[in-house]
This record gives sequence, C-alpha cells and structure tokens, in this order.
Amino acid sequence: MSLMHASSPQARAATSTGQVMRWVLLATLPGIATQAWFFGWGTLINVLSAAGAGVALEALVLRLRSRPLGLTLRDNSALVSGVLLGVSLPPFAPWWLILVGMVAAIVVAKQLFGGLGHNPFNPAMVGYALLLIAFPVPMTQWAAPHGLFGPDASSLGESLGYFLGLASPADAMTGATPLDAFKHKPQAVLASEFWAGEPLPPGTLNAWHSAALAWLAGGALLLFKRIISWHIPLSMLGAMVLIATLMMASDPSHHAGPLFHLLGGAAIFGAFFIATDPVSAATSRKGKLYYGAGIGVLVMVIRSLGTYPDAVAFAVLLMNFAVPFIDYYTQPRTYGHSRPNRGIKVKRIDDDEGAQ
Amino acid sequence: MSQFNELTKNGLWSNNPALVQLLGLCPLLAVTSTVVNALGLGLATLLVMVGANVSVSLIRHHVPDTVRLPVFVMIIAAFVTCAELVMQAYAFRLYQILGIFIPLIVTNCAILGRVDAFAAKNPLLPAATDGLMMGLGFAAVLVVLGAIRELFGQGTLLADMELLLGPIAADWQITLFADYSFLFLVLPPGAFFAAGLLIAAKNVIDDRLERRRRTSQTGQPQHSRRVRVTGTIR
Repeated sequence: MSLMHASSPQARAATSTGQVMRWVLLATLPGIATQAWFFGWGTLINVLSAAGAGVALEALVLRLRSRPLGLTLRDNSALVSGVLLGVSLPPFAPWWLILVGMVAAIVVAKQLFGGLGHNPFNPAMVGYALLLIAFPVPMTQWAAPHGLFGPDASSLGESLGYFLGLASPADAMTGATPLDAFKHKPQAVLASEFWAGEPLPPGTLNAWHSAALAWLAGGALLLFKRIISWHIPLSMLGAMVLIATLMMASDPSHHAGPLFHLLGGAAIFGAFFIATDPVSAATSRKGKLYYGAGIGVLVMVIRSLGTYPDAVAFAVLLMNFAVPFIDYYTQPRTYGHSRPNRGIKVKRIDDDEGAQ
Repeated sequence: MSQFNELTKNGLWSNNPALVQLLGLCPLLAVTSTVVNALGLGLATLLVMVGANVSVSLIRHHVPDTVRLPVFVMIIAAFVTCAELVMQAYAFRLYQILGIFIPLIVTNCAILGRVDAFAAKNPLLPAATDGLMMGLGFAAVLVVLGAIRELFGQGTLLADMELLLGPIAADWQITLFADYSFLFLVLPPGAFFAAGLLIAAKNVIDDRLERRRRTSQTGQPQHSRRVRVTGTIR
C-alpha cells in the first residue's frame, strides 16, 4: 500500500475501475452478439476463451510477482483485454492462436510493464499485432457470413472442433473481409466494376455494416455513461472520413468512399473500444483530439498505401508511442497559473551551490 | 593473475558488451535468426576485437590524442576487411547470407569502445585478453540469442552448420518441432524481445547472487528485520 499524495482537489471518482470495466464489457455485448449472429459460433468461442485465458494468465503473472490476486483480478481489465482481442481475431481461430495472442497481451504488454495503469501500449492490440506478424495465414482467414443457424453454418460442435484443432474449416467456410478484397482489387479494374462483380460471399458487406453499427451502439452507451469522452472517437472517425473523401474525390475509380472505410472494417470498433483505452491514450482533451486524429490518419495511410488491409491495431500502437509527446505539448493550464506548466524543469545545481 | 580473472569476468558477464553495455545491438538483432549466422558474425567480431585491441595497444604511445579515433577506426576497418576476405574464401555462402553486416562490424561501437576505453591505455597482454573476453562475451550472447530464435522461430537447432564448419557439420541439424514456424521470432521484433528476456534473466541471476552473498556475509536474510506495522496489509 503506497500513501497517496495528490494535490487538491482530492475528489475521488465515484466509479471504480472494476465498475468501468463492467460497463465496457456490457457495451461490447451488442457487437459480440451481432458478430456471432453473422459469423457463427467461432466469435463466441474466441471471446470466451480469450477472456478466460486473460484472467488465468493475469493470475499466473500476479502469482509470480507475488502480488495480491483478488484486488487486481476484480478490476476486470484482463477480462476486457481478452474480450477485445477475442472479437478482433478471425472466428474459427485455433486455440493456440488465441493463447499466444493473450500471452503477448497480458504477460508481455501489460504485466511486464507493471500491470494495469503502467502499460504504454494497448494490450489487446499488442497481441493482435504480434499475431498478424507471426501468423499471417490464419489471421487473414475471416469466416464467411453463414450465421449461427443457417443451412451452411458450422454447428457449435464443429466450431469447437476448429477451435481445438481437430479439423480446419473448409475453404467455403472462410472468406475475405471487405477491406481485404478491395485491397487486392486488380489495378485495371475500376471500383464500380469490382463491386458489380460481387467479389465477396453474399451477405458479407451486410454483416460487416451491421457489426459496425452494433459497435456504434455500444460506443454510444459508453459515451452516455461517460466512460469515454467523445474526443477520440470523433477525431479518429473524422480524420478517416476527411481523408477517404479527399482520396475518393481525387480518384473515385480506385478508392472506396468514406462510408466503406467507416463501416467495412474495424474503424468503429477501434474508435470506441480500442483507441479510448484510458491507460495508453492521451490524457488532456486537446491531446485526445490529436491522438484520435493521428490514429485516423494512420489507419487511412496504411489501408491505402500499406500492405495490410486494415490498420487499427498498428495505428493505435504507433500513436501509443506518441502519447508522451502529445501529453507533453497539450498539458492544459492549471488553476492559479497564467501559463500551462509545460516542459521539464531542470533544477540548476550551481544555484544550489551558490546559495550554500 | 587477478587482473586477467577480472578481465575475463568483465567480458563474459559483468560488463558484457551485449547484455550490459548494450553495444553492437544492430548486428545482435539483425543476424541472430539462426545459430550459424550468429556464430559466423560472432567469430568475425571476435577476430576483429582481438586484432584491433592488440594493434592499438602496441601503438598507443605513438598516436596523438586528437586523431586517435580516425586511426582506431582505420585499424578496425583493416581487420574487418581481413575477416571479410577470410569468410569470402572459406565460407562464401555464409558470407552472402550475412551480407552487409560483415562490413558493418566496423561501426560496431562495442569494438571502438573497448579500443578507446581499454586498449589505448593498457599494455599488450591485458589488451589482448580484454579483446578476447569481450569478443567471446559478445559472440556467446549472439549464439544464445540465435539458438533461442532458431529453436522457437523455426523449431530447429544448428541448421545449416556446414555453411561455417564445412561438410562434417552437414547432419548436425536437430529438429525439435517439425513443421513449425513462429515468424515473429524470426523477424527483428522477436530479436528485441528475446534480447530483452536475456537481459532480464541476467539481472535476475545477478540479483540472486547478490542476495546470497549478503546473506552469507551477515548471516541473516536481508528482509528478516522486524518492523512495526500498523493497519492491515492487503
């Protein structure tokens, strides 16, 4: 137990970390439900196994670090990291993929840096980025939208089989994501011709749009409960819309429009659930605007110029790097000072010696 | 004799160029994807380190302080060229694999650091020992890192050793996990990660040794003093 020494005002937040995280978990439910409805049992298996692995790994590391278990586990943060990574991974991912991702997220990105509140990077996105680099093949096989109970859907048993590695999903069970398909559009094909050719399994676009709207609903709940502020989501999505509009205006035949970029990938989910992580994001309001806009710009740059179809994880991690810089230059003016207290104050040693 | 023990301990452990001084990280991270690459670059660096330390120690009274760095770099570059030619002659395929990182040994600050900090101020024998031990320490870390990355990255150990040691090493490869690949460790980020773990492991070992030393000196563990505690500790 360390003594708290903070300056006044010593008002305490009415909600504990555990409560905040419970609201975040609640807000992920519409998104998870929608993704499961369209992409099958794999989503639910991912979420549950990743959350379970998260809690187990956190308990393990806390044990190794001889820290009290109950206090830290009760803040539900490992659970949230697990859920966020679980919904980002392709449905029907094998168990070892999820485990490796959660080890990277909880053990490396979170606990090695000192646990909740000390991690400079978003744990779930560290796990995701590592998996994307290390296992590009399973990470880019997203499930086709066969639904939970449809005629082509995998049953719960079959999905568990894929999870345990007893079988691997047939080619018809997997399909590209809209962003992936558009990324690999041949240069000679115009965007309009590309979409007219129906490059994706039927219902894919609809599934992604519905999931994005469900995440938006969850995000609205977080905004309403004041768990997150509007600055990061708005500036991130705003920057994406701006750049996507400019690019489409410059060359509509080879660039997708802003709506596609917003709803076709992980943009909404990232804007409300990933970028707003209170630990690794910028702190001041102005800083949050810069931080979110930076993520939006990076997402669009990587999506349109890079080799990866989607880029929320990389963009968030890159902006996590920039957070100390942003915080340094956006520190607001505090009451009683005429100017913001920016910059590092170096104590002059010679002055001290002169005084003696 | 104690000076040589000290130099040995410094080079191999307590002042290890890779684990403690954190010098020469560029080759350390770039070429340690397999044991054979690591060993090849480690041996080349070792050769250059010993040669440069010996030469600089011999001419240390004849080089003016103001121009010492260019002179030292020239000497190091000469030895790197030698190492490069030797590799070209006897391990050409390995030479091709290591590529730019062999000429880049010139810029390895671990070498210039030892030359400037030690060899330029000490007689021949200590300087040679220092070069040897620092080089061995560096090469050892390289090989360990290469082994970790090769084992967990592609599931083998000692693959392609014939590139360096000739035909007798052709069947040394040990396949621990067949049909296995963890690309992350093969790529440079994995090298950062593995090197970080190695440094952490070294610090843990040092910590344990220090604690044991203190316990044996004072006869009681460090934290066994009774302190008054009020309230509950959760």
